[in-house]
Amino acid sequence: MRNPNEIVAEALAAILGCADLPALEQVKAVYLGKSGQLTELLKSLGAMPADERKTAGARINEAKQAVEAALKGRRDALQQAELDRQLAAETLDVTLPGRGLARGGLHPVSRTLSRIQALFHSIGFEVATGPEIETDFYNFTALNIPEDHPARAMHDTFYLQGGELLRTHTSPVQVRYMQNHQPPMRIIAPGRVYRCDSDVTHTPMFHQVEGLWVDESVSFADLKGVLADFMRNFFERDDLPVRFRPSFFPFTEPSAEMDIGCVMCGGEGCRVCSHTGWLEVLGCGMVHPNVFRHVGIDTERFVGFAFGLGVERLAMLRYGVDDLRLFFENDLRFLKQFN
Amino acid sequence: MQFSEAWLRSLVNPALDTAQLAHAVTMAGLEVEALTPAAPPFNNVVVAEILSAEKHPDADRLRVCQVDVGEAAPVTIVCGAPNAAAGLKVPCARPGAKLPGVEIKVAKVRGVESFGMLCSTKELGLEGAADGLMVLPGDAPVGEDFRSWLNLDDTLITLKLTPNRADCLSMQGLAREIGAITGAQVHLPQAVEVAPRIDDAIPVQVSAADACPRYLARVVRGIDAQAPTPRWMAERLERSGIRPLLAPVDITNYVLLELGQPMHAFALSRLVGGIEVRLARAGEKLELLNGQTAELAPDMLVIADASGPVALAGIMGGQPTSVERFTVDVMLEAAFFAPAAIAGRARRLGLSTDSSHRFERGVDFGATRQAMERATQLLIDICGGQPGPVTEAVAALPSREPITLRLARLQRVAGIELDTDQVTRGLAALGAAVERRDDSLVVTPPSFRFDLAIEEDLIEEAVRLFGYDNIPAQPPAAPSRMLPQDERVLADDALRQMLVGLDYQEVVTYSFVDPAWETALDPDARPLPLANPIASQLSAMRTTLWGGLIETLRHNLNRQQDRVRIFELGRVYASLDAQPMKLGGLAYGDALPEQWSAAARRVDFFDLKGDLERVFGQALDARRGAHPALHPGQCAELWAGGRAIGWLGALHPRLVQAFDLPAAPVLFELDSGALAQRALPRHGGLSRFPQVRRDLAFVLDAHTPVGELLETLRAAAPAQVRAIDVFDDYRGKGVPESQKSLAIRVVMQDTERTLTDQEVEDAVQRLVDAALRQCNASLRV
Repeated sequence: MRNPNEIVAEALAAILGCADLPALEQVKAVYLGKSGQLTELLKSLGAMPADERKTAGARINEAKQAVEAALKGRRDALQQAELDRQLAAETLDVTLPGRGLARGGLHPVSRTLSRIQALFHSIGFEVATGPEIETDFYNFTALNIPEDHPARAMHDTFYLQGGELLRTHTSPVQVRYMQNHQPPMRIIAPGRVYRCDSDVTHTPMFHQVEGLWVDESVSFADLKGVLADFMRNFFERDDLPVRFRPSFFPFTEPSAEMDIGCVMCGGEGCRVCSHTGWLEVLGCGMVHPNVFRHVGIDTERFVGFAFGLGVERLAMLRYGVDDLRLFFENDLRFLKQFN
Repeated sequence: MQFSEAWLRSLVNPALDTAQLAHAVTMAGLEVEALTPAAPPFNNVVVAEILSAEKHPDADRLRVCQVDVGEAAPVTIVCGAPNAAAGLKVPCARPGAKLPGVEIKVAKVRGVESFGMLCSTKELGLEGAADGLMVLPGDAPVGEDFRSWLNLDDTLITLKLTPNRADCLSMQGLAREIGAITGAQVHLPQAVEVAPRIDDAIPVQVSAADACPRYLARVVRGIDAQAPTPRWMAERLERSGIRPLLAPVDITNYVLLELGQPMHAFALSRLVGGIEVRLARAGEKLELLNGQTAELAPDMLVIADASGPVALAGIMGGQPTSVERFTVDVMLEAAFFAPAAIAGRARRLGLSTDSSHRFERGVDFGATRQAMERATQLLIDICGGQPGPVTEAVAALPSREPITLRLARLQRVAGIELDTDQVTRGLAALGAAVERRDDSLVVTPPSFRFDLAIEEDLIEEAVRLFGYDNIPAQPPAAPSRMLPQDERVLADDALRQMLVGLDYQEVVTYSFVDPAWETALDPDARPLPLANPIASQLSAMRTTLWGGLIETLRHNLNRQQDRVRIFELGRVYASLDAQPMKLGGLAYGDALPEQWSAAARRVDFFDLKGDLERVFGQALDARRGAHPALHPGQCAELWAGGRAIGWLGALHPRLVQAFDLPAAPVLFELDSGALAQRALPRHGGLSRFPQVRRDLAFVLDAHTPVGELLETLRAAAPAQVRAIDVFDDYRGKGVPESQKSLAIRVVMQDTERTLTDQEVEDAVQRLVDAALRQCNASLRV
């Protein structure tokens, strides 16, 4: 009988020399296959004397185990190497940019409008809309703006040749809404408005958000509360100073202008606030009884407040835009800064 | 409204500095727009007299002056001003004086020691430029401090007044208002009756009494119109922005500023007969003081004499009857013209005068005589002359009805309780008569307040005087009811976000456009023209969003942006009743941004169709159609819910050229509202049985639209067929000329059991039969 140890030594060398799995399977056949060397050895046991058979059998089994262990070790190593090769081959430069479309973005006016709507929505204001080509009645008369008010002059208002006009504010939506709904009501009306004016600080079209709250008990104190809350949340500044000054609008009384502490200089005084530390941001007031009368709301039972704010103005302050006209030039280099 | 702080303080002088006063006034609703010092800071400047001016020995352009500065001995000053001459009174900066930008020292000028500097207005910072020394009047007191002599330590206050506060368009009104705001005592100018010294009067007839309820006229004879306007008056006029001209005119202007009553002085000798206040007659004209000849309309009120109109009432006097340097006799006019009779007329004539500004807003009809007496007094004091009696025509003046202010209502509107005594005192300080009842105040407004007529007007005054800032800002209490959320509606914001996710940038373009764009895009378009456009390229209301989108493309192409994908959600305008919301989009340039792993390819029709399908899903149906702005072979009409809602296609090559574009953009526009309503999802169960797929290749005429075949197949399909889609469109080798091969995927599944081979074959046969019958499409073999 051949010495099993010799066979093992020979097998281990062959296993180590295998470069891939098929070669390894061939080596396995040479030693452990049906007529492999160790298999043949085992077969030869039968011809041995009984007293030698046991020890010889044990030695052959040890040899077989050693070869099997070596085969497994080599198989594992080859499989691992194969996987490593695959992984290496499939490795990407993950720092290359992703594939496909880019992402667009909202216009800053839209973005600001969404923000304003979301804030008012959070305390129960619904959105109402109305036409931009309007009648004299809704834009002026119903809002208690008398025939000879300067705002009616050709100077400020765009007229169509048929006598209709482009609304100069979003306030007509108040009137239309009140005609068709019963109090209590809480609405904002965002949209385009038009004034016949164009220079560095005016564009002939801009955006306003009108607000209206009518109920049995809303007061000037409530108006102040809502608007101060809004400004502080809009600018995310809990300590934003606000103040209300008496003013005049034909459709509200008492009327007020609201100022906020300059968000550019923190009230120190700068070019944006004309060195006053204050910025005029909206007009507001308690709904004038003549407006209620035009829409048939009982002025004894209901009171209300209304406000109107300029969207571009807030967008400029919020995002540091220094030229109003940029909003309507639609230069992609400008617009993409808001994406 | 601009005025001198010193003048104001002569009438009411609260214990507040300038800034505090400005703040108090602003917070009471009279917004201070500007505070401007009457003069920039300088010191140590005195009134001086040049005693002699000799040529400098070593310099041609300099003079050596001996100057009296009010001290025992004259001082020597070297001066380069061309007008330096003996006898002139001029401002003189003494050594140590600080002028704007320079400090004065004793210095040698070309060898001659100079003890100060004689000043021009520029050197004192009073004017931007000057061509010589500032020459002072002969009566200027030599040696007196220049600043205090001219009251230069004064501030010009500019107010931005709201149109309801006409009563504050005078010093008297402002003083009264500031007294009410601050509680300071007010010293109003007192009206002293000037006794007539002659009997001359002019007959006055008011034919339009509604428009002119009060008219006062007075003759003053023998004035010296060239008498100098006193310095105090000239100074106050100048600091109010009015240039002194001629004493009688300055006096009427002064009364306008002081009392708010516009006045006019006529040259008496130019008037023919008596005065009539009437409406203008058709065809009448009047040459106005500013040289303009006004064509008068029948709703314009005029002052006329026997020859015709001599003044445009409440707006401007006429040139022929104006007071001039040699005028000796005048007629003074003080009137109350009703706001409605004046409003708008000046603007129609392109005029805006101090007078019309006040009459349009309301002039105190209770102070007409006070103004007449004040003007007469000033006139005879300054210009001399003999006053006649006042002729007065009075009709029905506006009434001031008592208004009830309910204290409970005041509290309800304000949101807090105001102290009744304080409210009463405040309203009284504004000039109202206040009568106190148990639970209300009965308030009669004064004649100078045209803005107090109803209870709310008084509530505003009470809250204003209390101070808006003293009202607490409270979060309102309201029932916590949820707002409805219609799940079927695709909100505009969500729509926008989907397009943003598809790489579209939102734009906002003007609603008015160049009408030429409109007709280029659609020859049948009839955009509504504006009556008063701001520019011709913004003169018509858009009927499509495409004009603005194409213009935006052009703007960006000119700025090196070669890939443009934009959308706008906005209205188009057909009429008052039709202003639908549209969604428009445009894509131009590469389909994808230039990138390392995708070949460059221009964006095309199917890119945008895919984008719209991603946004709107199956609801959107594209059919062949023709639109004048779109390429006839790359144009689809978009349908939803059984109606046409918009268009998708490549811009027509003719328009690519017309708009001067390098290549065609792909455009879409649709009625965004038509797609906003969507069905609520409804779960239909899942089948546990296997699905079967069959791929069918049909050969058919190349011109037959895929949509037609799909529609046919879907209509013919039995219930087990879940989906029929196209996955290839092949033309070329193996397919006859002018035919195409369409690969169709059919997916079948039953919810109750596994389909048998026979059932599958039967279903396929039905589809094949229908395709052949209706589309002449045969199975490719």
